[in-house]
Parts: sequence; structure tokens; C-alpha cells
Amino acid sequence: MEQQSIIEISPNDLLAETSKLKNEGYRLVAITCTSKPSTELSYSFDKEYEFISLRMQLKDDDKIESISSFYPYSFLYENEIKELFGVIINNISLDFNNHLYKISEQTPFKQKKEEV
Amino acid sequence: MGNKTVIPFGPQHPVLPEPIHLDLVLEDETVIEAIPSIGYIHRGLERLIEKKDFQQYTFVAERICGICSFMHGMGYCMTIESIMNAQIPERAKYLRTIWAELSRIHSHLLWMGLLADAFGFESLFMHSWRLREQILDIFEQTTGGRVIFSVCDIGGVKKDIDSEMLKKIEEVLTKLEEEAKEISKVFLNDSSVKHRTKGIGVLSKIEAYDLGAVGPMARASGVPFDMRKLGYAAYENLKFEPIIETDGDSYARTSVRIKEIFQSIDLIRQCIHLIPDGEIKVKITGNPNGEHFTRLEQPRGEVVYYAKANGTKFLDRVRVRTPTFANIPAMLQTLKGCDFSDVPILILTIDPCISCTER
Repeated sequence: MEQQSIIEISPNDLLAETSKLKNEGYRLVAITCTSKPSTELSYSFDKEYEFISLRMQLKDDDKIESISSFYPYSFLYENEIKELFGVIINNISLDFNNHLYKISEQTPFKQKKEEV
Repeated sequence: MGNKTVIPFGPQHPVLPEPIHLDLVLEDETVIEAIPSIGYIHRGLERLIEKKDFQQYTFVAERICGICSFMHGMGYCMTIESIMNAQIPERAKYLRTIWAELSRIHSHLLWMGLLADAFGFESLFMHSWRLREQILDIFEQTTGGRVIFSVCDIGGVKKDIDSEMLKKIEEVLTKLEEEAKEISKVFLNDSSVKHRTKGIGVLSKIEAYDLGAVGPMARASGVPFDMRKLGYAAYENLKFEPIIETDGDSYARTSVRIKEIFQSIDLIRQCIHLIPDGEIKVKITGNPNGEHFTRLEQPRGEVVYYAKANGTKFLDRVRVRTPTFANIPAMLQTLKGCDFSDVPILILTIDPCISCTER
């Protein structure tokens, strides 16, 4: 089975940790958001089949920076997470302003207060 | 420098089987920028995990895409099996590999037909799809379905393929191999085809890596990764190397996919000769608890499955990162500087699957 490592970081360390992985030649594989039991982001990277995820827990009012300055193609992942989960992500290189998908409900994947 | 013009491309266009929209910024006939817009068929399938239990969700995963249907089901099942530490029988691993590689052949033949149709070579389109029909017939004979098979299950597979049928599959593939060689000559040697693909939409190795390209899109630019080398299913016992080209143009992407058809035929032959007797499924008891990322190689490239389970029969989260989602930035790069008339071919050469992308 593939070895996978998950490194817990704080939102403030995201850019520094991402920059380090970029300089080491890692490829961004995916950004994954979960909303249960709380909002959690995982930035997954690969280098020669080594799979690493940076994991952070977010509070409701946390704002995070886009990593598109290091990985320009992160814009699609970040727009999706912003629109579906309502995570505030600043400075996305191509920001669709919550119009990536044609959906009628705002932040449909966000954990609603009554569901908690 | 000419005037800038913005031309809307899609979401409905003869070359697009599924809807995607691009705002093409042109100077004269040259594209200088392409701004994508997706979201026409977002179905919220990931959220459906809250309504369907982890066993039922296999059927949902299979419906993410009608072309990679089997591999979506397989990716989901592998993720849940990893969380539950379930070891599936060896025979099931080989059966999964056979169906997965058959899916790759039919997907690449489908794409070749669409490409031929895009540059107006209708007889080539029909020959590609005629060959593809033979693979769909194998699906029907082994699973009962031609598009959605519902044979992959958590713990193994639901149906076996007996030795007589395996022999028949090998015979069909031997015949198909010869016929595929004939149409490959046209795709790779015909001057009118090369005129539309050679040197068009070049993506360098550095660009492919820096833009996160995956699958044939990346391998055609010399990026040598193929998730089958991780050794999931029966791949750890099979001999193969990723198919690589270095020119990074539409011709190289065509060449990689054509060679992968023959590679898949070889992998299926290896499976038929190595497949052991035995059970095809283990019983799964209890509910999953934990999380896991799974990566596998679909026809369009690396797909990532993530599941987070809480010990009940309903998972907290399923997330699917599909290959087309990863290839869109690389496609936008190939469009920059291209001739307006080459746009349809360049969009096709990533082999876009929008149903997968939006889920």
C-alpha cells in the first residue's frame, strides 16, 4: 500500500510550508476540504510517488491565503472550496467570485448550524 | 498587433461531448488567453454520501462518469478497503485489472474517434468506434452492462470470468490488436492528420509538471509518472513501463494514447496468464472508521479518491479529484498562442470529461 503522511500545520504556516514543498519539487495533487466535524483542509502533494498532505483545522472566521502564487493551477481547487464550503480564501489568481459552478444554493457543502 | 476580440466558445459546440465554456481572447486569429467557465453539470455527487451508506455509494461512484465508470467504482472500493484493512482475494485483483484495462482501451478508442470526427475524417471516426464496440461487447458478456457494470464491490468483485471467457477475450484482443494497428497508421502517418496535430499545442515538460498535468497529457510531454506503478490491484505483478513521448504536442498525446491501447492489451494478456483460482470477494463486516487517500490511473490520468469515515455506515466525506480537473490549467496553456482554428483539437487532446470534473 502507498505510504501517505499527513502533517498538521496552522493556517498561518500554509504559505511557508507550501513554498518549501514547491522548492523541493513537489507537485500539487489536490486540495480537499471536509466540514465534519469541523472545517479541515488538506493540501496534498506528490514527488516521485511520495504522497504528503498538509492538514489544517479552520475556525469559522479564519481566512487563508491562496497558494496560487506558488502553484498557479490551485485556482480551480480554491474556487471550488470557497464556493461549496464557504472558506474565505484571499488572492486567488483567477477568482470566479462564487460562480465556478452554476448552483442555486450558497455554500451547499458547508456544515449548517442545525446539523452540528 | 491586431484588435483584441473575445469569442465565446461553448458550452455547446460540435466538438464538445459535454459542456464547457471558454472566453477566447484573440488578436487577429491568434488566441492570447482562454478563460474557462465550468459548472453546467455539477451534480453534488460528493454530498450524496450523507444520504447513501458506504456500501450503496459504490453505485454512486460508478455514475460519476460513463467512460471511467468501472475505475471510479474501483477507486472508491479501494479507499474503503484501505480504511477497513480489508485484503481482497488475488483473483479479484486480477479481474479488476482486466476490467480496468479494457476500460482504458475503450476510452482511448472513443477519444480517437472523437479526434477523427473533430478534424473531419469520418471514416476514421467510424473505424475507431467499430473497434470500441468489441470491447463493449466483452463488458456485456462478462458483466451484463456496457457502460455501468456494477461488478466492483467493497471486498472484491461480484462476478467472475471463467477460463473459457478469458480465452475468448484474448482472441478478441488479438484480432482487435491487428485492426488497431491499421487505424494507428492513419493517425500517426497520414499527412492530413499530422497537419492538424504535429507541432500544435506544445506543452513542455516543465510546463506540464508546473501546471499539474496528469495522465497522457503529462506523459506526452515527458513527465514519466503513471499511478499504476504504485502497484495497486494486480499491477505489482505485471511488467510494464509508462508510455512516454517528449514533443508535448497534439501528435505526441495521440501517440501516447495509441501506444497505451497496445500496452493495455499486453497487460490483459499477462493477467489472463497469471490469474489464480480462488474466491472473488471477502465478506466485509462492521463500518469503516478513519480516512484514506487512494490514487489510481484512469484513462485520462491520475484520479484521487479520499474518504473520511466515522464508524457509522454513513461517511463524513468522499472527495474525488478527477484527471480532467487537473488537466484544465495545462489545456489553457496549450491554447495560448494557438491558431483559432486549432482550438477544438486542442480541447479534445486533453480528452476532457466534464461529468467527472464537476461530479
